[in-house]
Amino acid sequence: MNEGLKEEAAATEPSRRSFLSKLWVGLGLVALAEVVAVVFAFLRSNKSKARGVASDAMVMAGTVDKFEPNSVTAFVRGRFYLARLEDGGFLALSRKCTHLGCTVPWVAKEKRFACPCHASAFDITGEVINSPAPRPLDIYPIFIENNVVKVDTGKPIKRDQFRTEQVRYP
Amino acid sequence: MAVVLVVLLFATGMMLQFAYQPVPDKAYESILHLQNDVFFGQLIRNIHHWSANVLLIVVFLHFLRVFFTGAFHAPRQFNWIIGLTMFVLILGSNFTGYLLPWDQLAFWAVTICTGMLEYIPLIGEGLKQIILGGTDLGSATLSNFFAIHTAIIPACLLLLLPFHFWRVRKAGGLVVPLSPEENPANKGEMVPTIPNLILRELVVAAVLIAFIMLLSVVYDAPLGARANPGLSPNPTKAPWYFAGLQELLLHIHPLFAFAVMPLIFAGILILLPYIPYDENTAGVWFASHRGRRMAIVASIIALVFTPILVLTDDLFFDFAAWLPGIPPIFSSGLLPVAMILAILGGFYALMKRKYSATKNETVQAVFVLLLFAFIILTITTVWFRGEGMALTWPWKV
Repeated sequence: MNEGLKEEAAATEPSRRSFLSKLWVGLGLVALAEVVAVVFAFLRSNKSKARGVASDAMVMAGTVDKFEPNSVTAFVRGRFYLARLEDGGFLALSRKCTHLGCTVPWVAKEKRFACPCHASAFDITGEVINSPAPRPLDIYPIFIENNVVKVDTGKPIKRDQFRTEQVRYP
Repeated sequence: MAVVLVVLLFATGMMLQFAYQPVPDKAYESILHLQNDVFFGQLIRNIHHWSANVLLIVVFLHFLRVFFTGAFHAPRQFNWIIGLTMFVLILGSNFTGYLLPWDQLAFWAVTICTGMLEYIPLIGEGLKQIILGGTDLGSATLSNFFAIHTAIIPACLLLLLPFHFWRVRKAGGLVVPLSPEENPANKGEMVPTIPNLILRELVVAAVLIAFIMLLSVVYDAPLGARANPGLSPNPTKAPWYFAGLQELLLHIHPLFAFAVMPLIFAGILILLPYIPYDENTAGVWFASHRGRRMAIVASIIALVFTPILVLTDDLFFDFAAWLPGIPPIFSSGLLPVAMILAILGGFYALMKRKYSATKNETVQAVFVLLLFAFIILTITTVWFRGEGMALTWPWKV
């Protein structure tokens, strides 16, 4: 009598067993997804704190008159250049080349930023003069208060081209 | 040989962990201390360095051997996938280890290699920030790379290596070399594994260890100046195993050179064992006599035309300037890639027709073409590019 029951059960695909198996697999996948999410969140949480608190991101560059028009001053600790254009306006340029991230030096003799890695070049406004850089140098927000130039190095701004609205006038 | 090298790397790696400090302020100095003040410190570091580089070459040669003897046909198809995975892990291990000395060489090579990630659409910026542990290369990056290099990749390798070997046993052992005329069913004379194979493997291991020792005693692992985030060296080159990729980047838009093309070639490599081949040529070097001839022809074509293409692109082509209205992603990205894929397709069709070849032989010919092209690209960046990544004679680099 038992063999008959077993045969019947096998012939009609034991539904309880297959349901439970599928349930296990489903729960297993959910558990796996949870593990992946936890690991991901763990690895990501590092980055937002790494940039530093707002207070040490703000750099006091100096009084407005310290900077000659048509000059570029490097700020090593802030990791940026303060460019003062011919018309007296200020631009705070990131020193990271927009191609692959090398530090671009300002070559005063040639009046341009020339990247040593793959020969990208930018002019005093950060615009691309020579490829392979895909876009102009990033800029940082400038605040001019009480005749002092302040740069917020915590907020780099990407741009696809130079526009006069980006320049800060004292 | 690969196993011997991995064992050396694990052993020297564990010893290095006693001396090395994975913090930017201390990393470089800990290596100086290791080399100058610790007995045999320099030797241990050198062994680690040379084992790592020789391992890449050994693993690559193994990959070539497996491909050319058709040892990826059934029932070895999945083992090919496991092997590819380990290859990627070993590359990852070399790359993460490269950063640890925190010298100028390490810092900037990793900067540009991670800089490339930005160009991947949608996920690129996020991916880069996860790997860097922030927006810039810093202490978070060092911690991440150290964890990957000393824990995650070794753990993965410890799991995959036995799996890889078990699959070989399951498939009945290594592929037996056959000449094209022989009948695969003829097994030939068999001898016991112990002592015959073991003895030969021990001899090879001994010779390899002696070779590594010789390299380590004579040549020191490189250590440049301490990392300076304010000064990018000129030129900045990726480690030699990524030099081919860097050369490609000089000619083609980063999205295509770094994401699209590697993805296509990785996809081809993964699918390689599963292509419906005309026959199972396991054991026969280069599949057949005709396959051998086609491979030679393909290699000559690659060796001649790749340098020509590199030169003309550097000195003459400037798609971005000739087509100023079109964004560079098309003129220096999509266009050259489309041209290359068209050339590959044409080559495949030509080979198939001219030689009335089987799929095995034609796929192999394309593989050889790409292989030699990549080797030429690697050689170009390593030996022929100097200041500003301009083409220079090797003795002036």
